[in-house]
Amino acid sequence: MKEIVIISGKGGTGKTSITAAFAMLAGNNAVIADCDVDAADMHLLLEPDFSHAEDFYSGFKAVIDQQKCTKCGKCKQVCRFDAVQKNDDSYTVTPMDCEGCAYCAEVCPAAAIQMVEQNVGKWYISKIKSQTEMVHAKLGIGADNSGKLVAKVKKEAKNVALQTGKDLILVDGSPGIGCPVVSSLSGADYVILVTEPTLSGFHDMKRVFELIQNFHLSSGCIINKYDVNVEIAEKIHDFCETNSVDHIANIPYDETFTAAMTEGKTIIEFDDGNLTNILKDSWKKILLLTDSH
Amino acid sequence: METVLRSKKNQRRSDTMKIAIASGKGGTGKTTLATNLAHLLSQKFPVVLADLDVEEPNSGFFIKGEKIQEKKVFRMIPEWDQDKCVLCGNCQRVCKFNAVIKLGEEILVFNQLCHGCYACSELCPQNALPMTSYEVGKITEFRQNDLHFLEGRLNVGEEQAVPVIKETINFAEKKFAPGILRIFDAPPGTSCPVIEATKDVDYIILITEPTPFGLYDLKLAVEVMRELKKDFGIVINRHGIGNNDVIRYCKDERIPLIGKIPNMKTAAETYAKGGLLSETIPEIRNALEKIIDNLRTLEVLS
Repeated sequence: MKEIVIISGKGGTGKTSITAAFAMLAGNNAVIADCDVDAADMHLLLEPDFSHAEDFYSGFKAVIDQQKCTKCGKCKQVCRFDAVQKNDDSYTVTPMDCEGCAYCAEVCPAAAIQMVEQNVGKWYISKIKSQTEMVHAKLGIGADNSGKLVAKVKKEAKNVALQTGKDLILVDGSPGIGCPVVSSLSGADYVILVTEPTLSGFHDMKRVFELIQNFHLSSGCIINKYDVNVEIAEKIHDFCETNSVDHIANIPYDETFTAAMTEGKTIIEFDDGNLTNILKDSWKKILLLTDSH
Repeated sequence: METVLRSKKNQRRSDTMKIAIASGKGGTGKTTLATNLAHLLSQKFPVVLADLDVEEPNSGFFIKGEKIQEKKVFRMIPEWDQDKCVLCGNCQRVCKFNAVIKLGEEILVFNQLCHGCYACSELCPQNALPMTSYEVGKITEFRQNDLHFLEGRLNVGEEQAVPVIKETINFAEKKFAPGILRIFDAPPGTSCPVIEATKDVDYIILITEPTPFGLYDLKLAVEVMRELKKDFGIVINRHGIGNNDVIRYCKDERIPLIGKIPNMKTAAETYAKGGLLSETIPEIRNALEKIIDNLRTLEVLS
């Protein structure tokens, strides 16, 4: 079983639209995993049926039992996150600030502090329109365990692939270089960087590439909207060559991407010309590259 | 609109106005709006712009100024002192993040997992896990006339953006006189980095694209702002693509739509090179001036 992860560093480079197109091309031989749990959008194109849903619990928050509390203030004293507030004569925890370290509970002489496990989101296994399974999730509002939820989505995708005998997992990762991205990358066989030829796009791609190198993963690159700045596109091309990143494709600036999205369709279903051809060729290339690495 | 105004006056904690530019979806124009708005406003009065998208900071491509200083950001983590340790294992027991592990005769500390709560260190009966500082990023200060620009930058390989965001906000708070407008370029998403960047500001501008992805992620961002009980308005970027659903949504939800930035390929080309759109594209400058007017009407700006 192979796992292909698509990331971008910068947001808005077309990562999800391109991943959804590949999901259609992969057909029912791949399990799709949407690991951009902060702002998961792939379901808007792939029509999941949300047939299996589960709550996701991760992390703890401190809650002070006012009956047991002796108001000694020790909890407030040890909290490094300013999560314990003293109002008038009582101590309370601001959930948004609590990191769940349980230091306060540990030192409370009255055993008045309980650590309560948090429901931080939901995850789903769905059938999608390409007749395969997609594992996806929705992070709760302001929840802070996105890295753990990503790990959960990936693990469940692997389970589904094993149960249904599928060869491929296609993962839509999240932007940035922080914990959700690190979680997305763990266990990947091949990473695809979707970038754009802007100073920001190139800069962000280089940072995320450094991260990929820490994990010793092989990678390929798609330059989307390459004609927005051909000079920077060439620099990205050179960067790929120097760093043994496979150059997979250049895709032109094309508002057909938006038009397809507005109809709730992937590019493959919407466009029967140039863009679809480029994406079909790209997908063939990716399968060959993933096999050879 | 009037109720919005009143609630704002009650909410404001100091006379320093802080505005954050945020979005659920990435790549919708946060940096474009933050840099252009800060630049335009700094022609009228002093402005501090802080790039809090520390995982991928990009504002620096658009603001060219003189470098004033650079400051490293540290985080506190425990360091094992083998000589003092009696291997009681209390540290491993109290750590809820699996960052301190007792393995045979050794105590291992995993920096990436540590949240810096000090429990292992302060509860160690032998004082064998003193906290030491550990570099996780840096803050760079630039100045271009009346525009003070701060860039927070997380080191590659570090997973936790929040400490660097927090430090950058502190720097913006302390270094500059009260009363000077602060504009924050926030990170994308809806989880802890964006909460940290927005929880203490007075007003948030959510910027989106008029597309299904844009709208879906905007709704998530709105939920976060409502949860934080924040005052906010919406700007549509690349107005003209997609459909009218975002406009309809603003109306239905009674959220002020404070601006529409037109979709133009020249804007994408100017952005690519690190150019300020307000300088070269009159249509976009007009759209930005309108946003400033609306912020004045809302008494976000004076």
